[in-house]
Amino acid sequence: MITPNDPMIPQQYRIRQRQQDNADTFTLELEPTNGTVLQFAPGQFNMLYVFGVGEIPISISGNPATPSKLVHTTRSVGTVTNAMSTLKTGDVIGVRGPYGKSWPVMQSTGRDVVIVAGGIGLAPLRPAIYQLFAKREQFGKLVLLYGTRTQEDILYRQELEQWRARFDVDVYVTVDRATSDWRGNVGVVTNLIPRTPFYPPDTVAMVCGPEVMMRFTVQALQKRGVPTEQIYVSMERNMKCATGFCGHCQFGSTFICKDGPVFSYDQVESFIGMWEV
Amino acid sequence: MKMIKELIHDYAFFRGLTPEYQELLAGCGSNVRFNPNEFIFREGQPADKFYLIRHGKVSIDVYMPQRGIVTIETIGEGEVLGWSWLFEPYQWHSDARALVLTRAVAFDGQCLRDKCDADVAFGYDIVKRFAQIIIHRLQATQLQNLDVYSLQKRGP
Amino acid sequence: MSSTPNVGEHVIVKRADFEQLLDALNARNYQIVGPTVQEKAIVYDEITSVNDLPIGWTDEQDKGRYRLKRRADEALFGYVISPQSWKKFLHPASLRLWQAEQTDDGFHITETAPTAPQYAFIGVRACELNAILIQDRVFMHDTYVDPNYQSRRTEAFIMAVNCGQAGNTCFCSSMNAGPKVSAGFDLALTEIIEPDRHEFVVEIGTELGAEVMGEVAYQTASQAVQEQAEQIVTEVASQMGRLLDTTDIKALMYRNFEHPEWENIGNRCLTCANCTMVCPTCFCTTVEDVTDLTGQQAERHRYWDSCFNMEFSYIHGGSVRSSNKARYRQWMTHKLATWVDQFGTLGCVGCGRCITWCPVGIDITEEVATIRKTDSALLTRLREK
Repeated sequence: MITPNDPMIPQQYRIRQRQQDNADTFTLELEPTNGTVLQFAPGQFNMLYVFGVGEIPISISGNPATPSKLVHTTRSVGTVTNAMSTLKTGDVIGVRGPYGKSWPVMQSTGRDVVIVAGGIGLAPLRPAIYQLFAKREQFGKLVLLYGTRTQEDILYRQELEQWRARFDVDVYVTVDRATSDWRGNVGVVTNLIPRTPFYPPDTVAMVCGPEVMMRFTVQALQKRGVPTEQIYVSMERNMKCATGFCGHCQFGSTFICKDGPVFSYDQVESFIGMWEV
Repeated sequence: MKMIKELIHDYAFFRGLTPEYQELLAGCGSNVRFNPNEFIFREGQPADKFYLIRHGKVSIDVYMPQRGIVTIETIGEGEVLGWSWLFEPYQWHSDARALVLTRAVAFDGQCLRDKCDADVAFGYDIVKRFAQIIIHRLQATQLQNLDVYSLQKRGP
Repeated sequence: MSSTPNVGEHVIVKRADFEQLLDALNARNYQIVGPTVQEKAIVYDEITSVNDLPIGWTDEQDKGRYRLKRRADEALFGYVISPQSWKKFLHPASLRLWQAEQTDDGFHITETAPTAPQYAFIGVRACELNAILIQDRVFMHDTYVDPNYQSRRTEAFIMAVNCGQAGNTCFCSSMNAGPKVSAGFDLALTEIIEPDRHEFVVEIGTELGAEVMGEVAYQTASQAVQEQAEQIVTEVASQMGRLLDTTDIKALMYRNFEHPEWENIGNRCLTCANCTMVCPTCFCTTVEDVTDLTGQQAERHRYWDSCFNMEFSYIHGGSVRSSNKARYRQWMTHKLATWVDQFGTLGCVGCGRCITWCPVGIDITEEVATIRKTDSALLTRLREK
């Protein structure tokens, strides 16, 4: 028997383009085999299935205004992502989604918006950046702070350069470890927060990166005076079902798959620094 | 060109300083400029100044024989460079180098230390401000040492 | 044979006519599941006649201990509860979610999950029924609906049985989940057994229950008999083997997330996951994707999982909850605190299975009492005095 609306059934998508972003990170652009376009909001994720190998959650990193191009960026670190990295243009993978809560882009109109990304954390934020640019006149100052380990790890380099050339956004990139030919900022991404122009009481901050980086970033934002409930983070756990049934992504009183992955910081702050929650 | 006193007033680092103390500080300051790649100070040298960066970018470096110059942090406009002038043995423990043409206000350490000793309330205010810089540096170092991106997967 | 009774009405079915109840369900093509003796335990499994019920058997339960014993009478439901709850039918421990086949241009799904059987559950206890209502919230009344649970659940006929005795590990009355069955049943029975009398007072819960009853020989239950049935379950409530003080329990748990007792429990806990397997509300699962040897056929299976397993919280680089204490804390605070924020009720019904089946005898009621006695808030107040 086939139940078409079973939430555990993946839909087929074909790889239209594959791009190697850096040593272990790659981007897949997918199109549905049956033409059904998946509308999504910035910050949501899909469950991606490699035939016979397994399924993992990956955030959507494409433009929500052109959902016919479904874009995912991921790093090969496990069985499924390693298998995924060997797929070629034309290959088919399974997609379930989109799942989860989104970045509060359209709720931030009239305010300054500060985006703080760490490492591959830029990928889930890119759809929000596209949306901010699309409605640029509706927001105040727009600041993008991006930190990576080394300059080789910088994601979406060309796009960052294009964004930096714009007059309506302040883009700052910093690396934790500099090599001699790097002429940009050196130091952790939190260093950039006191340096950048925005009006803290009327700022919405969207933060994505490793959990420790997000904790330190939130502290720096709070220190500058951004109210806690205006700071948003995207949490990572190992979703298996993405529909709130499997329990794997429980974090305190939330399931990250359906209550997150994007949370306002006051929703998670009582658990986020606690050990082994 | 703005008076040093006015400059002090404009920067976050000096926010809340009384006009009287601004005056005291300004009395120890002078405008300086550094060309690209010019050293501002070198490791081991006497630390007799600190700098308020008005324009440009400065890297704080440590030289390692095998790795060459390792940049620990870069500092830019509106930020303060150097705190070794305030604590014995008044010696720099890294190199500082202008990466681009950099303009700054240099404050004379000896001059300021004398004023701090003479007016303890002023001294306490200055120490608190520099303690913030040291705390910031320490926290940034912690985060840097955690090497958080090496374990990172993907969002979410 | 009388006409169909009304919903809410109480009737009497004689022991001799009990088989007719099963016959009526059989005639409706239900797969009848009820208590039966297997491998020295009373388990829930398929039954075909009243003779499959654990006639004259009872169970003795205590920390890490379960034994069957003969009763002095021939009661059909004279035991407390089985090791496994009805969860294994509504939310199977293992389920193939789908099968797929590789094709020239990708793959296609050839099979989804097998069609759910239509179950009639005989002998559902109040705590278990409450556990089912709790799982309903998880699988049917939240953001998403699990079609596998939903189809089993909405088709299931529930014949509940009020408890005639409390077990030594029972604390349902503390959790406000029993011993009296109060909602969610088609029929609710109370077994009355006296030297010369063996009958069941049946409360009609639904139209369906009334229709089934209409096919069975019954009499109207007098007020006196209804009161007698009521009295039986009231007495059970006073016999609870254990108590759990739920006063302000959510806040108690939240403010004691870093209580030293977790370390103490962690030193005893084997993280064997028994408690989560027998728990009637635990719902966690994992999925496994497999292929056949040729790699052409793939399947996805869903299995029960447990927050006590190290891999449960694995994200790239390691497990979030790597210590025993963190995993026990996750389980217990989920039952007694975070569950409330997620689903609006406590996640524990006081069935006591986690106590009975813990190989080292960890007792959730004792652990709550210990934390309550040494509550961090209490200690702070004492220090400040």
